Order: sequence, then structure tokens, then C-alpha cells
Amino acid sequence: MKSERIAAIVGVAESDLGSTPGKTVLQLQAQAAKAALEEAGFAREEVDAVFTAGNWGWSPTMMLAEYLGIQPKYTDGTNIGGSSFEAHVGHAAAGIANGLFDVALITYGSTQRSDRSRNRIPPAVTLTEQFERPYGLPTPVGAYALAATRHMHQYGTTREQLAEIAVATRKWAALNEKAMMRDLITIDDVLSARPIAEPLHLLDCCLVTDGGGAVVVASAAAARRARTKPVWILGHGETHTHHSITNMPDLTVTGARESGRQAMEMAGVRHEELDVVEIYDSFTITVLLTLESLGFCGPGEGGAFVSSQRTAPGGDFPMNTNGGGLSYCHPGMYGIFLLIEAARQLRGECGPRQVPEAKLALVNGTGGVLSSTATVVLGRD
Amino acid sequence: MSNGRPIPVRDGDSTPFWNGVDQHELRIQQCQACAAYVFYPRSICPHCFSDQLIWNVSSGRGRIYSYTVVHRSFGPFEQEAPFVVAIVELEEGVRMMTRIVGPASQVKVDAPVRVTYERVDDDLTLPYFQLEETR
Ligand SMILES: [Zn+2]
Repeated sequence: MKSERIAAIVGVAESDLGSTPGKTVLQLQAQAAKAALEEAGFAREEVDAVFTAGNWGWSPTMMLAEYLGIQPKYTDGTNIGGSSFEAHVGHAAAGIANGLFDVALITYGSTQRSDRSRNRIPPAVTLTEQFERPYGLPTPVGAYALAATRHMHQYGTTREQLAEIAVATRKWAALNEKAMMRDLITIDDVLSARPIAEPLHLLDCCLVTDGGGAVVVASAAAARRARTKPVWILGHGETHTHHSITNMPDLTVTGARESGRQAMEMAGVRHEELDVVEIYDSFTITVLLTLESLGFCGPGEGGAFVSSQRTAPGGDFPMNTNGGGLSYCHPGMYGIFLLIEAARQLRGECGPRQVPEAKLALVNGTGGVLSSTATVVLGRD
Repeated sequence: MSNGRPIPVRDGDSTPFWNGVDQHELRIQQCQACAAYVFYPRSICPHCFSDQLIWNVSSGRGRIYSYTVVHRSFGPFEQEAPFVVAIVELEEGVRMMTRIVGPASQVKVDAPVRVTYERVDDDLTLPYFQLEETR
């Protein structure tokens, strides 16, 4: 394992989750930011870098920082979809390593459930989107369905194997009082749910919720002042391979192959050393492709890998321990919640869903239509 | 405006393509430097970065790289479901998104297809694909 301890996550928090009618994206982020800073024991004035990803204004970081009363010396609005926040953690670690700032606040907020923003389709399509949008593929689900069809064709992966992921994830959600969907489901429930875009049916798809989150990243010096035990950022990597699904080089391989390799090499960890894994689960197929791309199993072996409830509580591969985007919450860009859960697991705060002796965690965000990935390896002392 | 169906905004890259579709011709670019075919149309080759691209007419034949039967869609597409959206790989080696016409039960990955032109309304014709007759 890498010996250098340069930057750490020292505070994490969610805002209200689920359905938050009347709340704005700024309120949700303020709520989460305040809670995360209080947990860390840091004053708002100590924040000198602001990171967010959103599309609620022409400059989301400026609007958010103004709202919070922060005039940062470093700002980063990188938006690569759901993996943005794993990228932000990497960028924050890089900035801290270069002495550019000491305390970074990363936030996200969405009211997509209350606004039903996914149902809006603008009438004119410009630039490269004009070669896809006129065909009516519902995004993002249709794009993930295309990847699932291809994986099934190439490797014989089955809907039952994908369903294993949804069933196991729901078991974790049942152990998390903040999760939105906590009633256990069976493989048959997943198979017989109504089809959305074949081969994906309703229970293969993430929830649509409101919600926000915040993560505080501190330099080693600042982390010593924090109230929490540091969750060290040991390695990080990111990439994006395409924007539109037609241009994904291989529908069965995600950029996690590169971002994961980079993060794990930087951290100096091997797959078998990881205690807990938090993988973006916008859809069941997202998890399956990511496990293969990260190298936990070979190409085409993802179906067998997740079989027999291996990723469920008590299984030998604890994954998506908060109940995931499939069952806990999914406010559009879910990546920040992967980081929040990994930090809590490494601090041993997860109660009935705690993975015993969790020391090393891998977090992998996926954004767009399997377009971007960012991987972070985290560890405690 | 076809019930709010998204209309491509023809621009400096895409106009020759859509003009071709209007004339029932599937035009794709070829790089003069590396000979690769390029789709969607653009001003620079994504393979070798040459800016020497010419327009060719595709054979309009290819195979289904992947597809999905869409059961739930939104806005103008809601009433059309179920329908089949596919990524087709043309003989020239490029991929494009499209719809597959005909019975969804016969659509398969790798099935050979050829282009057909769907006149959605006065303002919009789209290249769809149909399964090749197989004996
Ligand atoms: Zn070229």
C-alpha cells in the first residue's frame, strides 16, 4: 500500500433524500455541506476550494459558492455525469498535493424527482446529438439496454444473472434506514417486472429521487484538526471514452479498465486486498460491466461472478452496502453517495450493514451512457 | 414539427448527410489520409486527425451491433412504443443509431440489415433499417 498520506476525506453527509418537494438544489447542498463540515469539525471559513457538478445555472460553482458565502481560491465544476464526484476527489487530492488549498468542499444536489426533469425532451437537437435523439431511445436506460443486449449476445449473460445484483442490493437496503426501497425482492420479481427497454426491466433500473450530498477533503495537516478519523485518498484515476452510446468503442468494456488500473496502481493495492466495493449502479448492467472492466473477473465472467448472491450481506464480495442507486437513492448523479458510504464503512459507522474490519475500499463512479468513469481507492489508518 | 419530435439542426458538419437522406442516399465520410470511414460527419478525422474528408455514398448494408425493444419512452415517442432502436454497423465499418422496422421478434444481434427511408413528416426523413430477406 502507498505510504504517502496527503489528503483525506474528513466529513461526509447526505441532505434529505427521497422526495423533497419545495426544496431547491441549493438548499439540499447547503444542508449537506453544513452537516459534513460539522462532522469534520471545520468552520465554513476554512473551506478554500469548492467543487460541484450540476446544470442549474451557467456557472454552478459560482452560484453555489455565493449562496454558501464562500469565496474560494480554487474551484472545479467538472461535470462528467455521475462519476463527477470521484473525479472531484482525485482533483482535490492533486490540488492538495500541490499545496494549492487545504480544505475542499464537494457537493451535489438534485430535485429531479420533484421536477420530473427526465420526462422533458427539447424539440431541436444540435451538434452530435442530432444523430441519436430523433430515434427516440430513452436515455439513459436505452443506452444501457443496448450494452446489456450486446453483453448477452457475446457472453451468454442472462437476465437472471443481472437480477442477482438487484436482489443482493435490496438486501443491503433493508439494513439501511435511509434507503427508499427496503422490502426484499426475488429474482422472479426482477424478471417479471414491467419491461422498460429490453432486456432491462423496472427493477434493473435505479430509483428516481431527490437528494444531495457533501464530502469534505482535507490536507494531511488539516485532517489532524478534524474530529473524524481520516479516510485517506490512496489512489485515483479517471477517463471518458465517448459521449453518445453509438460511439462507445466496445459496448461491453467501460473506461473503468483504465481509471481502475490507474487508481489501484497509485494506491499499490491488489483486488483481493479490498474489503468493500462501492460501484455505480444506475442499472444492473452497469455493475456487471464495471466489475469486469475493473478486473475483479475476466471479460464475460461478470454474470458468474455475481451469482449465488455473492455481493449480498454475508457474501464474500460486499458491494453497494448502502442499498445503491437501485434501492437507496438516486438523484441523477449518484457518485457522491458512493463516497459517503465508503467513508462510513471505513470509519466503522454502518451498524447492521457494517462490513467487519473494513480497511480498504474501492469506489467507482460511472457517468453519462457508460461514458465516463472515475475510480478512487480509500483506506483508513 | 411532428408532434414535438426532435428535429436535427442541420449545420456545417451535418447538412450533406441530411440532404442525402432527403434524397434517399446514405452519405458517409471517408478520410483521404487514412482511408477510414467516419460517422457521424465531422471536420477532422478522429482516427488520424487529417482534415481531408470526402463524402461517399454507403452501400446501406450492415449488421445489427446491438438493439433494444423500447417499451417506455417519453414525449413524442410515448405513443410509438414498443419500437426497436439499434446500433447498426455498416459494411464500411462505421456505426450509427437507427430504428429497425418490421417484427421485433425477428430482430437479432448480427442480423444483416439494409437502409430504408422513413418519411416521418414534411420536415423529417430518417434512415431506418430493415432485416434482409433471408431464405
Ligand atoms: Zn484519417
